Amino acid sequence: MTSSLGPWFDYTVNGLVVGNIYALLAVGLALIYGVSHLINFAHGSVYMAGAYIGWLCITYLGTPLPVTLAAVVVGCGIIGLLIERVALRPLQSAPRIAPLLATIGVGLVLDQVAQLLFTPDPRGLPLQLPAWRIQIGGGTIGALDLLIAGIGLFSALLLYVFLRFTKLGWAVRATALDRDAAQQCGVDVNRVNSTVFAIAAALGGVSGFLVGMYYNSIDPNMGFQAGLKGIIAQMIGGMGNVPGAIAGSLLLGLTESYGIAVFGTSYRNLFAFVVMLLVLVLKPNGIFSRGRALPAEPLTGTFIAPSAPVRVPPMLVAALAIIALALPLVVRNGYVLQTLGIGWLYAVLAISLTLVAGTAGMISLGQAGLLAIGAYASGLLAINLHWPIAATVVAAGFITAILGTLIIFPAFRLRGHYVTIATLGVGEIVTLTILNWDSLTRGPVGLSGIPPLSAFGRPLISGTWIYEIALGALIILALTQWRLLSSHLGRTLRAIRDDDVAARSYGIALDRYKGLAFAVAGFTAGIAGALMAHIFSYVNHETFTSQASLLALTMVILGGLGNVAGAILGAVALVSLPELFRAAADYRMLIYGIVLLLLIRFRPQGLLGTV
Amino acid sequence: MAPILQLDGLTRRFGGVTAVDALSLIVNEGELVSIIGPNGAGKTTVFNLVTGLDAPDAGTVTFAGRDVTGLPPEQIAALGFARTFQHGRVFGNLSVLDNVLVGAHTRLSAVRPQWPVIGPVGELALALVRPGSVKAEEAALRAEAMDILALFGERLTPRVNNPAFSLSYANRRRLEIARALALEPRVLFLDEPTAGMNPTETAEMLEIIRGLKGQFTILLIEHKLDLVMQLSDRVIVMEDGAKIAEGLPQAVAADPAVIAAYLGSREVGTIHEDAS
Repeated sequence: MTSSLGPWFDYTVNGLVVGNIYALLAVGLALIYGVSHLINFAHGSVYMAGAYIGWLCITYLGTPLPVTLAAVVVGCGIIGLLIERVALRPLQSAPRIAPLLATIGVGLVLDQVAQLLFTPDPRGLPLQLPAWRIQIGGGTIGALDLLIAGIGLFSALLLYVFLRFTKLGWAVRATALDRDAAQQCGVDVNRVNSTVFAIAAALGGVSGFLVGMYYNSIDPNMGFQAGLKGIIAQMIGGMGNVPGAIAGSLLLGLTESYGIAVFGTSYRNLFAFVVMLLVLVLKPNGIFSRGRALPAEPLTGTFIAPSAPVRVPPMLVAALAIIALALPLVVRNGYVLQTLGIGWLYAVLAISLTLVAGTAGMISLGQAGLLAIGAYASGLLAINLHWPIAATVVAAGFITAILGTLIIFPAFRLRGHYVTIATLGVGEIVTLTILNWDSLTRGPVGLSGIPPLSAFGRPLISGTWIYEIALGALIILALTQWRLLSSHLGRTLRAIRDDDVAARSYGIALDRYKGLAFAVAGFTAGIAGALMAHIFSYVNHETFTSQASLLALTMVILGGLGNVAGAILGAVALVSLPELFRAAADYRMLIYGIVLLLLIRFRPQGLLGTV
Repeated sequence: MAPILQLDGLTRRFGGVTAVDALSLIVNEGELVSIIGPNGAGKTTVFNLVTGLDAPDAGTVTFAGRDVTGLPPEQIAALGFARTFQHGRVFGNLSVLDNVLVGAHTRLSAVRPQWPVIGPVGELALALVRPGSVKAEEAALRAEAMDILALFGERLTPRVNNPAFSLSYANRRRLEIARALALEPRVLFLDEPTAGMNPTETAEMLEIIRGLKGQFTILLIEHKLDLVMQLSDRVIVMEDGAKIAEGLPQAVAADPAVIAAYLGSREVGTIHEDAS
């Protein structure tokens, strides 16, 4: 009896340990959401920073465990203070999209700095504890399990005492209840914010350090998934609800642990995202919530910064297009042309994102998932069914339009920050489905031998062809989108973005128009992905990562939300020009992050303005 | 004649507070009915319940003999309900003209074919291809939108291409009404159309609403009792979610319960003095 239950005991212990780790993240996120109604996308990066601070202390200073833990708490607390002070406080009166994007930018910068300082390779984090394990029934509990549980309980207790019995804790709770009222009663809201960010970051850092010891491995990108899990855990518990975040974390940890036991480790991350979508659809306010709340009346579009677009003369656009088309007459280098062609395909991705994020106001971070669907659809149709490439690319566009709209559909009822997290999850689900659906996608092996672009049986593999086909696709799709924006659909989507309540009151069915926006965006991104697949000849589940989604978002912000010309300009500035000048490839993502942060601070409407 | 709008026992509770308490009222075609009452009486909640932004805990809303209780706002709008919002909800980044055109969204028919299942795809295709019928419909709506904006004299017409966020507060209120008129409403709900307006602007708005009266069935929430007395066919007074008085403007103004609700005491002044 015990021997058959033994593994389940282990899975339960593992689930609770992992749940505790998520709880350390989720509690901080819940505190931050409570006082500033912000989902902190940089939280995962602080977690990663905690692991590296611990590693530095142990490796170079040989500190014992309590000192290491203290160093992690202090180091990450300072990082949290800095994030709040430098990146977020200046944006207090900015539209709500600004702090959201700022945390995304901060996360990117922190991850990239770590990558540059410590190389992308994983490192071992030595366990500073005795390696004994207690036998209980058929399972075991190790010293580290107990330490993690102890730290989890201790932090929860400490937090409870702080919030309940200290003056600053009262201020935090008052601010969470009603920020303006708290401020009028003399609460120093900035101090509350700093405190909360410091506490959240310290807890997050400890969490990262513990995980590093638990798996004896840390790497600069470890924070991405963890941060997402923390956000999902607090979503399950209800945004801003601290006890809910703890319960949600334990539930998520157990779900993952049991799920892995039943289905296998490659499904690990899938459970979290599926649970997240279920919660968002069924209980968007968390599983402990009751009742419904009516969103507050905004004055005018408060999520997106109001701005007037820069008028670009159509003749200038036409002239630039002709110059671009004629470029291969001057540039003869095939590699350069191919690189620029891929740059144009990123521009296609950017215009697809600017439609949903800019025009329809759904800041999507799952756009790379659409690229992946397009790439696999076209690749599989060409390899398995031997369709001509022209047909597979167009078919991939339609398949991506349909699949993309269907999988993002659960996010349609969400607003603001929730959309971002849900689409990020959808992007991950696409990746994980590709990884696990071996019979269709060939799983982790990837799709090799994708036939090159061709027409009438003649392959078009020269740099010039790749360049012209990519640019041609961009021009056609951009003109289509521009025509769409000038129709009643343009104003309808922008009305939804500015005020969805007023839009509904004027007969606009949100699902229908959000669906149309995602269908068009899916078609556009699907074509880009398909063309990339035939140019690369090999794709796998890691070809289109969330970094591509982030890059696309940076292009869109740079150009101006909803601005087609701006999106293309953003792609040229961020992909083509750096490629062309071979500018510091290692530093490129870091530069994107800094560009994003500077834009949000100093020119939130982008170069060409919001349309 | 059957009433165009009828509320029966409409109730909405928020936690322990009953914001709307078994409210019943009827509005006949062509009438202008005002709802007045102190802040927090539940007036705007009634609008939210009737226009589908909120769902009642009990009671029914009947429109032209049809039960429309709890329908989503987009379907309510399609029936011909148009509303303005108390604090203003114009589409800030849309031009003045586009705001009015969004108001006419439910009237788009050439570009919004009622095809089953593939309706949205048809709409997308028609918006991209734009056959003659679609162009003609758009042009007609634009011309009509300009006519509606002209109701407000020179207030909005010179600014048709400006984004709505650049308008003054009073102009945004005007734009809200223009947007509502573009829907060709069968019932027009105006939620404090003169909030934040000075006496001149209020007088101007009074004339505009007077012009709309008769053309439209109007339900009006307003605090400026002077305006209410001049415009209303009937007045309904709410306090703490319940109707405490109903009748002709002058009769309601003299009702001791109403005076008590507004002033908390019967000894102080008259309503007219208080409102001016």
